[in-house]
Amino acid sequence: MTAEAGTENAGKKRDTPGDTDEEHGTYNIYLMGKRYKVPIGQTIMAAIEYAGYQFIRGCGCRAGFCGACSTVYRKEKEQKLQFALACQTRVEDEMYLVQIPFVPAYKARYDLGKMGAEDNTILTIYPEIARCVSCNTCTKSCPQDIKVMQYIQCALRGDIEKAAELSFDCIQCGLCAMRCPADIKHYHVGQLARRLRGKYIDKRSENLKMRNAEIDEGIYDNEMDDIMNSEDDVVRRMYNERTIESEEG
Amino acid sequence: MKFIDGYPEYMMDSIKVVEEKREENLIKKVKSLSPEARKDILSKYHPDYMADTKREVRIGVDKGSMMYNGIVDLIEARSILDTGEVDLSRVDFDVDLLVVGGGGAGTVAALFALEAGVELDNILITTKLRHGDSNSMMAQGGIQAADRPEDSPLLHYLDIYGGGHFTNKKELALALAMDAPRIIDWHENLGVMYDRTEDGEFQELSGGGTCRNRMHSAKDYTGMELMRVIRDRTRNLDIPVLEFCPIVELLMDENGAVSGGVAFNMETHEYYVVRAKATILATGGSGRLHLSGYPTTNHYGATGDGLVMSYHAGANLRDLDTIQIHPTGDAFPDSVIGILSTEKIRGLGAAPVNKLGEPFVFPLEPRDVESAAFIKECKDGKGIVTPTGMPGVWLDTPMIDLKHGKGTTEAKLAGEVRRFRRFGIDMVKHPILVYPTLHYQNGGVEINEKCETQVPGLFAAGEVSGGVHGKNRLMGNSLLDYNVFGRRAGIQAAGYIKGRKVGKLTLSHIDRYNRAVDELKIEGDRKAPIIVPEYRGKEALARALDLL
Repeated sequence: MTAEAGTENAGKKRDTPGDTDEEHGTYNIYLMGKRYKVPIGQTIMAAIEYAGYQFIRGCGCRAGFCGACSTVYRKEKEQKLQFALACQTRVEDEMYLVQIPFVPAYKARYDLGKMGAEDNTILTIYPEIARCVSCNTCTKSCPQDIKVMQYIQCALRGDIEKAAELSFDCIQCGLCAMRCPADIKHYHVGQLARRLRGKYIDKRSENLKMRNAEIDEGIYDNEMDDIMNSEDDVVRRMYNERTIESEEG
Repeated sequence: MKFIDGYPEYMMDSIKVVEEKREENLIKKVKSLSPEARKDILSKYHPDYMADTKREVRIGVDKGSMMYNGIVDLIEARSILDTGEVDLSRVDFDVDLLVVGGGGAGTVAALFALEAGVELDNILITTKLRHGDSNSMMAQGGIQAADRPEDSPLLHYLDIYGGGHFTNKKELALALAMDAPRIIDWHENLGVMYDRTEDGEFQELSGGGTCRNRMHSAKDYTGMELMRVIRDRTRNLDIPVLEFCPIVELLMDENGAVSGGVAFNMETHEYYVVRAKATILATGGSGRLHLSGYPTTNHYGATGDGLVMSYHAGANLRDLDTIQIHPTGDAFPDSVIGILSTEKIRGLGAAPVNKLGEPFVFPLEPRDVESAAFIKECKDGKGIVTPTGMPGVWLDTPMIDLKHGKGTTEAKLAGEVRRFRRFGIDMVKHPILVYPTLHYQNGGVEINEKCETQVPGLFAAGEVSGGVHGKNRLMGNSLLDYNVFGRRAGIQAAGYIKGRKVGKLTLSHIDRYNRAVDELKIEGDRKAPIIVPEYRGKEALARALDLL
């Protein structure tokens, strides 16, 4: 099996079968069907640049945090489509690659201040989660290996806390939503769950409340005024005489 | 070459030595350096103290100031914008507030401007990439705020000011320390999921150069958690955002006030004239300039555009004779060189050790000192050199579970563990190799505590601004910076708008600047800002034609 559907216009045909040049350190990859030779060991992102592309879309933090470079690929002789972040995945030989520049998924508008964290809160805002057919395609498409279907099921059950926890590492690339047969917008559901938990479920800090009350009362104003008006050598001495908490205990 | 658990055999041999000494190293503590010793190591090993890394600027308001070579290259360059092609009589967006940049500072500024009374449809955020694509998104370790009883704003202030080698603008350091607890409160109300103990208190760690544990975190995705929450808030409010349309030059009016900017649609190559009563510059940093040849932790768009644009408009810059190199950039494998391994790894107890398994520096020195110590160790031949010639020292990550219990690394550093696993390395079991990487633009456009620059109509906040951190920033103060000064910029700009009348728009300042550049008679045709870095393969570039 060589070029398949959608790859007829794939630049040059391979010169000879298996001419991938591991010895000279290059792989063949196909960017939207066009073949390029790229050095072994690079990330998909670096390989695309090596091939001569200058990114506008499809490139963000380059470190796995932003979800800009979600990539769909298939390896020659395989049927399965796979999902990855271009900046976090090494290029492999005979990869057919495309990047998803944008996800047109709907995002609900809501005012977090005017809602609670009730069992049905998420379901009210994103009712389509009830359509989940448990096909697990979302989980399989997640480049972060998040148990996406599970957190959707948690959201459906009203377990906001767990939905928030399971979705925490989401980088919002949107691949889950692009693949879902039920048009669920998982990554937006996760965002809502986490904000609900942060605002309504997790206990608040008493220390913080006290400190803000102290600041509002102005109890630090005098000492801050003093230090602002102190000579630099005084401040330096105070700095050098600090006790360092992490060096003790 | 034979690989074992992701490492070449010879590196694994060194890891075995590290393992043998681990128990001893858990108890053995290296004390922090005296002020004199710090100064000594910095002067010998940090790029800020090397003569060949920077030079004097020959043009503009800061003529005669020293800045890093890569920044001077941009300053001493013609504008990328051909002013003759822009029709200022046709205004595409007429707003009260233009926010240049859609990262942390810009987003916070827009939210607080709205709260301070600027109408929704009179705000426009423009951004080079997508809304949220920024260094803010990538910060892992945490955000500082002195909220524990054993801590105080005064101690936080001392850390900021001392960490910055007493070169910070004091009023900015004061604002940073004093506003911090109210920022955390704002985050609580927005629903940020901070790491907490069972009683609801924050789990607070120490960071390099901090005297108290005051690092608030959200696993090792703190920046991402903050950014996605404030962005979600912005989206719920439908604050207008123009993506992939960076501002490439600022507009001024006939009275010399900044009055908006020229946006460039990177996809259609159209320009848009944005007229605004107030402009907040929030373009972030400049790691992608690779100053002094360092790899960088920064996101793709961090090319220092804001420095260039504001300088063209007459704003002054400061502290750009320093850069922050972060001690723990990844040095192995090649595909992750320069990417950050968070300071939280050391906060949790992992110690840097050399190839002989010896600890050689207190793990939580301020970043510049820690970096200098790593560079010294490698120059002294006690580092590991990778097969492609990249030097590094070990960061002994397995110490974390030994100190805090099995599973801690996976729970607290999920992102890091995942990142290394993708490249075949298990940081729970084996140390990771690190070397300093370009991380943060310490200085920038000088602001005061109201976020005003020297030019009327122009405010600045976040990494693009200068003065908050002086010549060195501590961990956990950049997330704080963009919140504190983003908020202040938004509120101040909202007030400024009320009395502002915009005169006739002009780009004459660009023409004047170009003429001054021409007088320098620089070879080649350097243009700035550069918008995106150039990483295309040499072969492909050599054959590139500019036909379209």
